[in-house]
This record gives sequence, C-alpha cells and structure tokens, in this order.
Amino acid sequence: MYNLFKTLNRTAVIKATIAAVVTVVLVLIGSRNLQNFDPALIAYLIGTVFAVFGIAYRYSVWVQRPPTRLYWRRSMQFLFSKYFFPYLWRYTKLFFKNILAQRFIAHRSRTRWFGHFMLATGCLIAFAITIPLTFGWIHFILKPGDDTTYYALLFGFEAGSFQLDSPLAFIAFHGLVWSSVLVTIGAVIMMKRRFTDGGLIATQTLENDWLPLILLIAISVTGLGISYDYTFLEGKTYQFMAVTHAITVILFLVWLPFGKFFHIFQRLAQLGANLYKTEGTRRGMAVCPHTKEEFATETHVEDLKYVTKELGFDYDKADGSNHLDLSPEGKRSALAKAHLEARTQAGKLFG
Amino acid sequence: MPETSYDQEMAFFVDMQRCIGCQACVMACAECETNGQESMIHVNFVDRRKSPQTTVQVCMHCEDPTCANVCPADAIHQDDFGVVHSANSSRCIGCSNCVLACPFGVPKKMEEAELMMKCNLCYDRTSAGKKPMCATVCPSQALFYGTREEIARMRPDSEPVNSFFFGQQEVNTKVNIMMPKGTTSLLIP
Repeated sequence: MYNLFKTLNRTAVIKATIAAVVTVVLVLIGSRNLQNFDPALIAYLIGTVFAVFGIAYRYSVWVQRPPTRLYWRRSMQFLFSKYFFPYLWRYTKLFFKNILAQRFIAHRSRTRWFGHFMLATGCLIAFAITIPLTFGWIHFILKPGDDTTYYALLFGFEAGSFQLDSPLAFIAFHGLVWSSVLVTIGAVIMMKRRFTDGGLIATQTLENDWLPLILLIAISVTGLGISYDYTFLEGKTYQFMAVTHAITVILFLVWLPFGKFFHIFQRLAQLGANLYKTEGTRRGMAVCPHTKEEFATETHVEDLKYVTKELGFDYDKADGSNHLDLSPEGKRSALAKAHLEARTQAGKLFG
Repeated sequence: MPETSYDQEMAFFVDMQRCIGCQACVMACAECETNGQESMIHVNFVDRRKSPQTTVQVCMHCEDPTCANVCPADAIHQDDFGVVHSANSSRCIGCSNCVLACPFGVPKKMEEAELMMKCNLCYDRTSAGKKPMCATVCPSQALFYGTREEIARMRPDSEPVNSFFFGQQEVNTKVNIMMPKGTTSLLIP
C-alpha cells in the first residue's frame, strides 16, 4: 500500500485534490449550504467527487508527457495571442461540430457516427440532468396554496415554473428516460459492429471495448427500471431498481478516469491540434528536401525535433540536418536509396 | 489482446530492389479488415527523374516505436508480439505527430476522419495464423512473410537486417529488410 502511494505523481495528486475540494465547495455554495441537497443522492455525490479526483489526476499525468505538454502549451499560446477572437470563434465552431456532433466519425463510417452520436448525446443529456441534481444546484418546490405548479430553483434562485400535468413536465420528468433510450440504441449499434467487423473482432478487448458498452446499457436499463416501477408497478420494486441503478452508475463514475471513458476528456485536445495546424500554416510551411513540396508546418517539424530529443531519440545527421526534415515520402525514398547503395556496393542487386 | 493464433516463428522480409511497382500490394492491403478497407502500404518512385525504380514500404514495427512515443494521446499501442497497432480510434486526435516523426514515413493521416492509420501487419489475418495480404500477392517477392529458414533458403546471398541508423539514431524493428550477405545494419545518410 505504501508503495502505491510512493508511485503517485505529486503534481497530479495536488491538482486532483484541488479539483475535488473545489467540487465539494461548489456543492456547498450551489446547494445553499446543503439546504437544497437531496440526501438520497449522497452515494452518487461521493462517486462523482471520486471521479473528479481521478479524472483530474489522470489528466494531469497525461499532460505531463512531453508531446502532450507541448501541444497543451502551444494551444494556449496560440489561443491567447493577437488572434484570440478568430481562434476562439474557430474553437467554438469546432466544439459544436467535432465534440457535440462528432461529425469526424461520419468520415470513418456513417453507421458508426450515428451509433456514437446517439450514445454520446444520451450521456451528455444524462450528465446535464444528474450532475446539477446530485450537487443540489437544481431543486424543485411546491408553494403553499398551489399544489399543481412546480417551481425550479437554480442555485437557490427561482428559475422557472411549470404545471405538473403539462407536456413540459412530462418531458422534463422523463429526461433520463429519453437519454437512456438514446444510449441503449447507440450502444446496441456499436455492439453490432463488434460482432460483425473482422478488424474489430481481431483487436477488441473485453475491458476496453465490451465492458464500457455493457455498463452503459446496464445503467440505461436499470434507470428505465426505476421509471417503469413507479409508472406501472406502484413502486413495489423500487428498492431493487434504485440499488441496482446506483451500483451501475457508481461503477461507471469510479471507472470513468481509468478506462475507455477517459477519451471523453482527451477528445478536447483535438481542438488544440486543429488550432496548432491553423496557426502553423499561417507561420509557414516546411518543404521536403527530397520531394521539394510542402508537407507540414515548419512549427510542427521543429517542435517534433525538440520532442523526439526530449524523448531520447536523436535524428540529427552529420551535415547538420535532421531526418525529420524529410517528408514521409522523402524518408521512404531515403531508405530505398540507402538500400540500393548497399546492394550496388556489394556488386549484386538481388540475392 | 484477445486469444490469438499469432505465429511468432513467422517474420516479414522486405526487399525494395525487387519492387516492380505493380501496385498489387496496394490493392490487396485495402482488403485487410483492420484498415477499414483503406490501403496502408506505400509504393512510390524513389527518384522519378533518374530512375523508374519504385520502393515499397510497410510499417517496420519498431521495437521502441517513435510514433507511439510522440503520440500526445497515447493512441498507439504495441502488443506482446511486438506488433505496433494503428491508432486507437477513440483516442487519436489527428495531430499527425506520428506521421511526421516516423523515421520510415509510414503512418497516414485521414484528414476528414481526423485519424491516423497505418499498417498493423494485417492483424486480423496474422492473429489467425495467416499471412498479411500484401505478402500473399507480391509477384516479385519484394514482400515476403515466412520463417527465417525459408528466406535463408530462397535468398542465400542475402541477410535479413532489422537495425537501421538514421543519423545518430539506431532503430531496431520487427520487420526485416533483405541486405547483402554479412550486413548487420543499414545507415540512411
């Protein structure tokens, strides 16, 4: 156990602790000193605080890796430059296109995009509903003398009201039902791919590819069970439904920082990589000495020379150039020419 | 990784002097299911102004892959057999670090899909005990997949080499290049 603590990354532990403490403070402030906090959700809150700690820890360790750190610094440097507003606008557009709509997946496969979009949208809706409820940020009340109007309090402030038997109430109270349906459809589509795609069958693993889908379906089905119970069974199986749902959700929260779900947070780096390319293009392109064509930004090539050295690779050549100055095609040709030279010197082209 | 029938006695041997530029490997590569029907092999002219010679390049599956080291998203994974897999599509952020840092010029960036893809030794086939697609169709045996005994019998005057020097950097690979007998490494100037 002591060894486990010894191997922890100090910087990451500090950042993760700060993130967890900030979350708890936000819960206290947002729920008006726990006045609006629902004690029935305490297990979910503990799971969420653990998830925040884990995500912040892993993110911090991840960002400390040389290539990730460089991208992170460059993204911040380029964003907070004199091009702040155009780049912020670009970030925002890409956030909607690539993070919320995940359109880049459609270029990999349309079915895959549809499945992933359903799954991700369902998850995002569920997060948007459950996190504020768990934190006590959203709270519903009835006022004396009026038992048909529900008032929504946001951070303790009245933010709106609706009639209990209105269509809006039906939609709002069943928000998690809709998200469960989206997640289940998405997860089933993604599962079908894993049964039929030869490439996926060869490379998939239980813990990284199947368990996340099974867990998402388990959360959705047990969540739907709660709704089914109070709608059709008069709450007779409530205890069972509530406990099984809580177990699956807490498993999800605890696993969030470690398994496949961490890609949700890594994906944001795609925005930084895009900006890196845009600003790099503005600064100038690198020309391959072999093909005489532009192949990447100069910034990228120079940064990679720096990062490879930091990682222990030395591609410097005797003439002062670097192997990474060549484009991919230039590198392939350099290898072929060296091979031809060796064969020629041996006096036999084939052997 | 899932349970496999990957045969560790088998190895990949490349001899680019034998490449005739027929593109059969390019067509066959697109049949590999782990690539999503995209061809990952490279066939290009070495120096078109001087010679019609073409060269063929598969992923060399480096022992310490530069591509995986420079990946900011931890998307490139090397398995227990030494196969360096194509980017994990849920993690790859399409930054092109691997494309530009690979000393052999192997990974490809699929721009619209924001995804790096590369040869993964036809893992759907090799993990089932079969040969990679490219090696099964190459008519000149510039690409050969078999045992070391087989290649020694077929190429008595050649030596499989898996050590390459790019300037100061030595890169050792799982895939071999056929060199003149007695050669132990290849220096790329």
